[in-house]
Amino acid sequence: MAIVYQKSKGLTDVELHYCPGCTHGIVHKLVAETLEELDVLGNTIGVAPVGCSVFAYKYFNCDMHEAAHGRAPAVATGIKRVLPEHIVFTYQGDGDLAAIGTAEIVHAAMRGEKFTTIFINNAIYGMTGGQMAPTTLVGQRATTAPLGRDREHYGSPIRMSEMLATIDGAAYIERVTVTTPANIIKAKRAIKKAFQLQIAGKGFTMIEVLSTCPTNWGLTPVEALEWLNNNMVPAFPLGVFRDITAEEAK
Amino acid sequence: MAKELWKGNEAIAEAAIRAGCRCYFGYPITPQSEIPEYMSLHMPKVGGIFLQSESEVAAINMVYGASGAGARVMTSSSSPGISLKQEGISYICSAELPAVIVNVMRGGPGLGTIQPSQGDYFQATRGGGHGDYRVIVFAPANIQEVVDLMQDSFELADKYRMPVMMIMDGMIGQMMEPVEWKKPPVNPEDLPAKPWATTGTKGIHEPKAIHSLFIDPNESNDHNMRLDAKYQRIMADEQRYETSETEDAELIFVAFGTPARLARAAARLLEEEGIKAGVFRPITIWPYPYDALYQAAAQDSVKAVVTVEMNTGQMIDDVRIAVRGCKPVSFVGQAGGRVPTPQEVVAAAKSALGR
Ligand SMILES: Cc1ncc(C[n+]2csc(CCOP(=O)(O)OP(=O)(O)O)c2C)c(N)n1
Ligand code: SF4
Repeated sequence: MAIVYQKSKGLTDVELHYCPGCTHGIVHKLVAETLEELDVLGNTIGVAPVGCSVFAYKYFNCDMHEAAHGRAPAVATGIKRVLPEHIVFTYQGDGDLAAIGTAEIVHAAMRGEKFTTIFINNAIYGMTGGQMAPTTLVGQRATTAPLGRDREHYGSPIRMSEMLATIDGAAYIERVTVTTPANIIKAKRAIKKAFQLQIAGKGFTMIEVLSTCPTNWGLTPVEALEWLNNNMVPAFPLGVFRDITAEEAK
Repeated sequence: MAKELWKGNEAIAEAAIRAGCRCYFGYPITPQSEIPEYMSLHMPKVGGIFLQSESEVAAINMVYGASGAGARVMTSSSSPGISLKQEGISYICSAELPAVIVNVMRGGPGLGTIQPSQGDYFQATRGGGHGDYRVIVFAPANIQEVVDLMQDSFELADKYRMPVMMIMDGMIGQMMEPVEWKKPPVNPEDLPAKPWATTGTKGIHEPKAIHSLFIDPNESNDHNMRLDAKYQRIMADEQRYETSETEDAELIFVAFGTPARLARAAARLLEEEGIKAGVFRPITIWPYPYDALYQAAAQDSVKAVVTVEMNTGQMIDDVRIAVRGCKPVSFVGQAGGRVPTPQEVVAAAKSALGR
């Protein structure tokens, strides 16, 4: 019998703890497949964040290092500087990367650190129970913004990809989502490109993935995908924000 | 070997390189900035890594990553920066990774002053970050001792897989003293392998994970108890101290770092007045040499114990624990950047003796 589908060797057999319909799992799969296809699993160190993906260090089938909340880019910097021939990635949520760890990600990009960041933007703090994130949409409800995010009080969501794309040290920055099979294929392509550019030593690479949190959005998994497409995509446009290979080709 | 004149901060950096350290992350702050400056020039010459980070928070987390990847790594800072490193130190302790952290202390609290102080004794010895953890803390009193202890610091960090801190007041960082390089330089290639480091599975071994998360309360309890057993071993095996003229002394000064030198000067002044005073100097302030201090204080000859500190009285808590009430303990010191004079110390000693 021909095998038409099997689980990536990039994932361990540990059962994922993510809620039903959460797209964290899809992104794990894409990263794992990429590492497997590039044949770098034995040479990779991943950095897990604090957030719903804190247990990522149990899921990826490569050496892993768990960081403090927001500090993954600094930890990854330490690892990559010591092991420049290895593949290093961070996997971070929006609270981790765009609130408590903003300084670390900006300066890792500025230094052109040669690791890849997978940035899960679900517009909420998932792990701690649905509090407002810096990426929460104006009007979107959160447990610390019960009437919805008020622009006067909290400003409007921060667009990290656009911001980091202004930094010379960034080699590749793209925002994708995983709401449809077509989007998943695009997301996979983006993740693979980021890792390839890391291997080529081009600089800092980040793929922002618009991701669902049905649990804290108070939606079913299917509603959550629709909500993401209808509300998050307009606020966080998909696309490539920086690609030095395109610039080099010019 | 001939003696050379070295500035404290530069000697710290050179000693670390000679101890096989090939990785330094830090952020400028007075009075320790000569350490990153020296590292930036000399680390590349030995194929090492120097990186000025965006903050002390980032620096300690770079240390965390580099240590996990197997490097012999250090960071340094001064008091406000050490406050920022506490989160990372707590993680490094829990994840059981080696690192050396130097604190060239300045006056606090807050922004304080850039002048020398010992205001971070509590922070260093009580665990300035969250959770049940300890770090080994050396408190050298001169630049030669800084240099001599550096290799030990890295070795103990590796042996116990935990941070070793070296704390000194800003005076030691800023002054110049003769230094003799007694130990041969360490070649990092010759260091024992670190089988726990995350350096890739190579497709051979199971994936390793460095982490400090123990979500199950039983696992968390076991983890803490295991760490504590290690700390108990260190308390039994790693205490260091020095005594000077404490035998049959009438008065014992207890002091670490620069005040120990002041206390010796005061002891000499007291001798001229016919009072025999000795100095007990802890070299490790954690683990604290409680028993040795008790032995010294409990001698029949001793009438009073006086701690001399450049703060408002922090180590005195440990001195009281050590002395166990067998003799009166009093304090003399200056805080926030002022250094006590030998005369002030002499006056405090006489008052403690009721003279
Ligand atoms: C220093 C510190 N502050 C706060 C927390 C609590 N905390 C854990 S995860 C988290 C937010 C996670 O949100 P995000 O990064 O968006 O990831 P998600 O859970 O949504 O995947 C917070 C505030 C912590 N662990 N450490
Ligand atoms: S809380 Fe939200 S982000 Fe976290 S696992 Fe559940 S659905 Fe996913």
